[in-house]
Amino acid sequence: MATSSAALPKAPVTESAGEPSERKPRRFGPSWFLVSPSVALLLLWMLVPLSMTVYFSVIRYNLLYPGENDFVGLENFHYFLTDAGFMPGIVNTLILVGSVLLISVVLGVLISALLEAADFAGRGIVRVMLVSPFFIMPTVSALVWKNLIYHPVSGILAAVWKFFGAQPVGWLAQHPLASIVIIVSWQWLPFAILILMTAMQSLDQEQKEAARLDGAGPIAIFWHLTLPHLARPIAVVVMIETIFLLSVFAEIFTTTSGGPGYASTNLAYLIYNQALLQFDVGMASAGGLIAVVIANIAAIILVRMLGKNLTEKY
Amino acid sequence: MADLKVHNLKKSFDGNDIIKGIDLDIRDREFVVFVGPSGCGKSTLLRLIAGLEEVSSGRIELDGRDITDVSPAKRDLAMVFQTYALYPHMTVRKNMSFALDLAGADKQEVARKIEAAARTLELEPLLERKPRQLSGGQRQRVAIGRAIVRNPKVFLFDEPLSNLDAALRVQMRLELSRLHQELQATMIYVTHDQVEAMTLADKVVVLNGGRIEQVGSPMELYHNPANLFVAGFLGTPKMGFLKGRASRVEASGCEVELDAGCRLFLPVSGTTLNAGDPVTLGIRPEHLNRGSEGNCQLTVKADVSERLGSDTYCHVVTGNGEQLTMRIRGDFTPRYGESLSLTLEAAHCHLFDSNGVAVGQSLQLAA
Repeated sequence: MATSSAALPKAPVTESAGEPSERKPRRFGPSWFLVSPSVALLLLWMLVPLSMTVYFSVIRYNLLYPGENDFVGLENFHYFLTDAGFMPGIVNTLILVGSVLLISVVLGVLISALLEAADFAGRGIVRVMLVSPFFIMPTVSALVWKNLIYHPVSGILAAVWKFFGAQPVGWLAQHPLASIVIIVSWQWLPFAILILMTAMQSLDQEQKEAARLDGAGPIAIFWHLTLPHLARPIAVVVMIETIFLLSVFAEIFTTTSGGPGYASTNLAYLIYNQALLQFDVGMASAGGLIAVVIANIAAIILVRMLGKNLTEKY
Repeated sequence: MADLKVHNLKKSFDGNDIIKGIDLDIRDREFVVFVGPSGCGKSTLLRLIAGLEEVSSGRIELDGRDITDVSPAKRDLAMVFQTYALYPHMTVRKNMSFALDLAGADKQEVARKIEAAARTLELEPLLERKPRQLSGGQRQRVAIGRAIVRNPKVFLFDEPLSNLDAALRVQMRLELSRLHQELQATMIYVTHDQVEAMTLADKVVVLNGGRIEQVGSPMELYHNPANLFVAGFLGTPKMGFLKGRASRVEASGCEVELDAGCRLFLPVSGTTLNAGDPVTLGIRPEHLNRGSEGNCQLTVKADVSERLGSDTYCHVVTGNGEQLTMRIRGDFTPRYGESLSLTLEAAHCHLFDSNGVAVGQSLQLAA
C-alpha cells in the first residue's frame, strides 16, 4: 500500500476518465413495496381508460342507437381505417407535426443565435415578447389569427393585399393546412426559443475564443461549436413538441373545423368527429387506439434517433 | 524568429484602467512567465497579446509587424486555456486538426503534423477519443497539441495547470519545461503560482495593479528584488520586513538602526539615502539564524511553528510587534511564547527606502 501511493504514475495514457458503471441486478425488496402505491395508482389511471377504450372499440356503440351494444369484433377498426378521412388525417397529422417542428427548430436556432450575438438596448423586453405567445391559450390565439389576421375582409393580411391592389386571399379556405401550420408554429416557436436561448448561454466562452484563435469566423463557430452544443436541447424540443403536436385540436376546431372536406383534419380531429359529430363512440375508440399505436411508433423512432443524444454526457 | 514587443499598452473596461501602460520585450525562444496576485491584469495582458481583447491604446509588434489590430487567428499565436477549451463533440484528432482544416490545409500534411504532435505528447492511443473520455492531464496535453500543430511563433498559456491536482501539476510542469526545450519555441505563460514562475521561466514579469513591477530572471528577482512588492511576492515563506532608520551613510554601505532594537551595517553600494531617512529592511527566512553571535541581535517571541521534516518555519514576533519567519534546518520547535535570540546575515539583507524602492545594489549577486 505504501509503495503504491509513493510511486507517482506517469499519467498512464490508457486510463480513461469515465468509471465503468456497475449496476446491481434489480431485486424485489422493500423499495419495490414502498413505491407500489404510486405505481398502482398510475397503472389504474392508465389501465381503466385504456381498457374501456378497448372495450368500446369492439362493440357497436352509437349514441343515436342506444341499447344496441352487441359485440362486432374488429369491424370498427375496419370502418375507421377505410374511412374517407383516415388517409388525409394521417397525412395532415404528419405534415402538421413535421412542418411545425422544422419551422420552430430552424427559426428557433436562428433567432436565439441572433439574440445571443447581438447586444442592443431592450434585449430583455425582446426576449419576453418572443416567449410570450407560448402563454396564450390555443383557442384564443387561433381566434386572433382567424379574425384579425387571416380574415378575408377585416384581417391584416387582407388589408396588406388590398393596399397593393391585390385580391385578398381567403387563407383558411384556400390554404387551410398551411394556415394552421403557421398558427401552431407561432405558438410553439417561443418554446423552442426559450429552451435554445437558455442552452446557448451555457456554451463555454473559452471554446469560442479557442475557435477564434483557430481561425473560425462567426459562421464556422456557429456550425462547428454552437450547433453541436445545441444538439441536446434541440432533441428535447423535438421530443416535447412532437408529443403535443400529434394532438393539436383547438386550433383546427376554432378555425376550419377540419375543412374544407378533410383538408385540415388531423387524427385527433377525426376521432372527435367520429365520436361527437357522428356519435359513433365505438369507431372513435378504434381510432383512438390506432392513434395510440401511431404515437408509440413516433415515440420509438424519436427515442432511437435522439435518445442517445440525451443520455450521452459531455 | 519570434520577437514580441509591447509598447505602452493600455486597456480599460468601462472606464476602469486594468492595464496601465506596459512596455515589454520578449525575445525569440524565451519562456516568459507573467506572475502576480489575482486581479493584477496578467490574464488581460495575455488576452490582449492573443487578440481576444481590444487594445485601448499602445502597440503590439511581432517580428517588427504591427499586430495590434490583426485578428486573433492571423497573429501566428496559439493559446492554451485554463479550462482547456477542447471542442467536446470532436475527437482528439479533430480537435487538433480543426485550425488546419479551417485553413484548408492539405489532408496528408495535416495527418502528418497531428501524428508528430501526438508522438511528442504521448497522445497516439487517444486520437480517436472524445475529450470527455480523457483525464485532466490528457486534456491538457490535447490542448497543447492543438497549439503545436499550428506551428505558431508564440505559445500563450493562461494558467494551464491550475485545474490539475498537485501531483499532476508537478509532472506537467516538468513536461512543459521539456516541451519548451524540444520545440525551441517562444512561450508566454500566465500563472499566479510563484513556484511555476520560478521553475519554468527564463524571464519573469511581475505584475501588480496593471503595471510591471520588475522583469528579470527568476534568480535575479529572488536575490535582487527591485521593490517591496516583488520582495514580498516571491519566496515562500515570505520575506520578513523590519522598519528602521538609516543612521549613518557611507560610500561602502549604510548603517541601519532597526525599530526592533538593533543596529547593523549593510554593505549596499550607491545609496541615495541620507542619514535619518526611514527605511525598511527585508530578510528572507533562510538568512535569519538562531543564536547570539553576530552584530545584530534581536530578541523575539516564538509564535507558531510549521515543521516540514527537512526544515522548520518558526514564526516569531519582535519586541515592537513585527512578524518574521525563520527557517531552521531539522525539527527544532520552540515553545509558543518562548523567548529566542536571533541574528541577521547582513550580507543578505535587502534595504528599501520610504517609497518601497530597493536601495543600491545588494552585493551578494556580484559576489
